[in-house]
Amino acid sequence: MSKRTVHFKIYRYDPDKDEKPYMQDISVELEASDKKLLDAIVRLKTKDDTLSFRRSCREGVCGSDAMNINGKNGLACLTDVDGLQQPITLRPLPGLPVIRDLIVDMTQFFKQYHSIKPYLVNNDPAPERERLQSPDDREELNGLYECILCACCSTSCPSFWWNPDKFVGPAGLLAAYRFLADTRDQDTNARLDNLEDPYRLFRCHTIMNCVDVCPKGLNPTRAIGKIKDMMVRRAV
Amino acid sequence: MVRRQPVGAHYGLKDWIAQRATAVFMAIYTILFAVCALTLPEFSYEAWSGLFSAGLFRFLSFLFFLSLFYHAWIGVRDIWMDYVKPTGVRLALHLVTLFLLIGYAGWAAQILWRL
Repeated sequence: MSKRTVHFKIYRYDPDKDEKPYMQDISVELEASDKKLLDAIVRLKTKDDTLSFRRSCREGVCGSDAMNINGKNGLACLTDVDGLQQPITLRPLPGLPVIRDLIVDMTQFFKQYHSIKPYLVNNDPAPERERLQSPDDREELNGLYECILCACCSTSCPSFWWNPDKFVGPAGLLAAYRFLADTRDQDTNARLDNLEDPYRLFRCHTIMNCVDVCPKGLNPTRAIGKIKDMMVRRAV
Repeated sequence: MVRRQPVGAHYGLKDWIAQRATAVFMAIYTILFAVCALTLPEFSYEAWSGLFSAGLFRFLSFLFFLSLFYHAWIGVRDIWMDYVKPTGVRLALHLVTLFLLIGYAGWAAQILWRL
């Protein structure tokens, strides 16, 4: 790939300087090696070092560089820059308080994640080595454990926008089902009790934005359906 | 004062099932009603009221209205829950919705048994 110029429209807000957020038009010349959107933003930072964003692993594992790219949430490090329509509009993840530029305050998101007890609860004495599962039981966790908590799904969910303090959100519910589906976990009833509420689980109206944006190709809506299924089986 | 956000009202599942159950009943009734109405011997008031004079059909029709109102109660309440944040206003809207729907149910019964 040769050198080329890419045009951006970027949401800028520095609470120390700016009275309110504004969109900045800026262009940058990319090197041949710049393939992903993250490469382009890093290149852009050499031009304007006040631009703030999170990044770490640059390969879709850490989930730091989630942002709203041309209106759709995604990871900058997994998005091909040449496949994007220009000017590339970058905004912070919707619905969360902005700290600065593309950096959002994820406290509310992680609060919901913590509320579902995202760890194995097993009161049996720990075996000498690991707690074993059959291959079939382990299979159940596929499509659940891969979540990197980038918050693309939850911040694209209208139900989470309206009730971020009460609705767990797709990421949290996917994690909740990951532990409900785990045969080594012994806290199933308490976990279901924790979610049986008109807000925490049932605010999901199967809008499926979460499935549409997940950069890891996961399906929180299906996990939410399976939680409902478990509740029905428990109650009926 | 920090106001903590309490959650855990245990009626989510019940309403979720009720909303689906009422939807299924309404779908079945709609088909049944369409078939009965389209196979009437003639399109007249007498034939129409004859259809509703059958006890079973009247009973199913009333059940349809009850399903509709219960379904609407859950749906409208969901809207209040999503968009109206102050607890007092929300409670007032819940009560207005509830009273209206109960009133409608009574009205529906009155109409059905008058036909």
